[in-house]
Amino acid sequence: MTDPLIGKSLMGQARSLANRQWFKGGLVAAAFLLSFVIPATGLLDQYVQLILMYIGINIILTVSLNLINGYMGEFSVGHAGFMAVGAYTASVISVRLFPVPWGPWLFPVAVAAGGLAAAVTGLLVAFPSFKTRGDYLAIVTLAFGMIVKSAIENIDALGGPRGFLGMERLTTLPWVFFWTALSILAIRNLVYSRFGRGILSIREDEIAAELSTVDTRRVKMIAFVVSSFFAGVAGALFAHLLQFINPRVFDIIKSTDILIMVYLGGIGSLGGSIIGAVVYTVLLELLRPLGVWRMVLMPLVLVLLMIYRPKGIMGLREFSWFVPGADLFASRRWHRKKGTVYGPP
Amino acid sequence: MALLEIDHLTHRFGGLLALSDFNLSLDGNELVGIIGPNGAGKTTVFNLISGVYRPTKGSISVEGRELVGLAPNRIAALGIARTFQNIRLFKDLSVLDNVRCANYGQAGYGALLALFRLGRCRREEAVIIDRSMELLTLFQLDGHAEEPSRNLPYGLQRRLEIARALATRPKLLLLDEPAAGMNPAEITRLMGLIEWVRKAFNVTIVLIEHQMQLVMNLCERLVVLDFGVTIAEGKPHEIRSDSRVLAAYLGEEQPA
Repeated sequence: MTDPLIGKSLMGQARSLANRQWFKGGLVAAAFLLSFVIPATGLLDQYVQLILMYIGINIILTVSLNLINGYMGEFSVGHAGFMAVGAYTASVISVRLFPVPWGPWLFPVAVAAGGLAAAVTGLLVAFPSFKTRGDYLAIVTLAFGMIVKSAIENIDALGGPRGFLGMERLTTLPWVFFWTALSILAIRNLVYSRFGRGILSIREDEIAAELSTVDTRRVKMIAFVVSSFFAGVAGALFAHLLQFINPRVFDIIKSTDILIMVYLGGIGSLGGSIIGAVVYTVLLELLRPLGVWRMVLMPLVLVLLMIYRPKGIMGLREFSWFVPGADLFASRRWHRKKGTVYGPP
Repeated sequence: MALLEIDHLTHRFGGLLALSDFNLSLDGNELVGIIGPNGAGKTTVFNLISGVYRPTKGSISVEGRELVGLAPNRIAALGIARTFQNIRLFKDLSVLDNVRCANYGQAGYGALLALFRLGRCRREEAVIIDRSMELLTLFQLDGHAEEPSRNLPYGLQRRLEIARALATRPKLLLLDEPAAGMNPAEITRLMGLIEWVRKAFNVTIVLIEHQMQLVMNLCERLVVLDFGVTIAEGKPHEIRSDSRVLAAYLGEEQPA
């Protein structure tokens, strides 16, 4: 006979164990180690490894777009544009600037440079967001995506519409894991800081946010810079995985893919972003035998999702795993230590 | 020096004169009411002070510092907090986060520290949590800290809005119709709350209100607006018998 109370306390113990800092860190470290072991031992075949890397890149894209579309409540449809800036910047650097034998060592520099270039572009897109909201900002970001694409098409040094190649295949499973973990950690930290609450309060009520001392301009700038930085990182990883990029890869379809992953997984949720990216990437692969029909089936899944779960799988909810302890236990800790407080009548 | 000094404040919406030549001088720890019929320009005064609108003419200064032209968040950081006629909480955020949002201006750490949750960020966040929980406890909202604020009953939402305003550590608190939609018992409780807030937080309070019982009992001084014009100013008992005020509220007696 099972005692429901013991069962519950075991669950509780398991949960509090899973929320320990050292446990989380250990798990991430173990996964990082595994990302070295898998390619070295051939534990998973090449195809599965490739899918894993795509999943990682898509997680970075989804988490970073969620910062703008989910947490801040804006509607940016130009995420592929930032990705393109990162992809081209990193590729040009690693092909033209770095001597080939140094490639693998300087790869993180190229990726970071791609991210920084995208971040600077993100700063430019932040300015219209001061005055423009909702549908109008969506149009601004749509235009931004188009500008990036046609700019690249017209720069011969970047190969124009033919694309750019010559990159070594520097994107490996450990690197994808590293950047994915970093983007999740950084965006989580941001979300649970004063800037993150600023971002959330802009979504909820921008006027009330300003009147509560939130510097909405600065907060929007930070959100766009961080979001586009990681989009650029994802682009850089993507370019060094495919070893060939062309402007058409980063068109509105790509932006739409990222949007779908955000809304599938759930707005305003890190766990949701990860689920969204994993489910979407894996589903697309599993449906590959259906050929053209998967392009019918996927949208259908989305329509059904929007009808039955409009906020996405995890909309506005979060796994406690991603919440910093200080936030998770805020009120419990307070209730344990509070003294007498004299309140109003 | 006066805490708040408003001089010849005038505001037009296109051709409509919403507020004309409004003057107000407030000292520390005063409790002043602004009353007047609907559309008299009361909320416009609040919107001008808090920087939501930029006045057509006139000046507003806090402790000698000019506010006109400053962004709303800068004005809020200088010590002016407000609530809204129709409650404007961050509805999907928890009660605790509503108050924590208002601590933005008091924390000083930058974005880079935030991204890595280092040093000053970690320390200041811990202080913000403690301060916010303390404030919620004072307002007897600590039991609801983790609920989304939209789940609170109406009266508690009003309470939380005042708590959020106080979290910015204001010198001046602007309450826009705090008693709207409340029953008599709730109004009595609210009056106690406002009196207590004024003493416990040592703030000057300006309130807009239609509820006469509250205004007459609570305020030391009243300003009466009608069509953007200040028609009377004085102690509640003086206002009660002022003929212009009665005319504005009840209409003038037509000579037969």
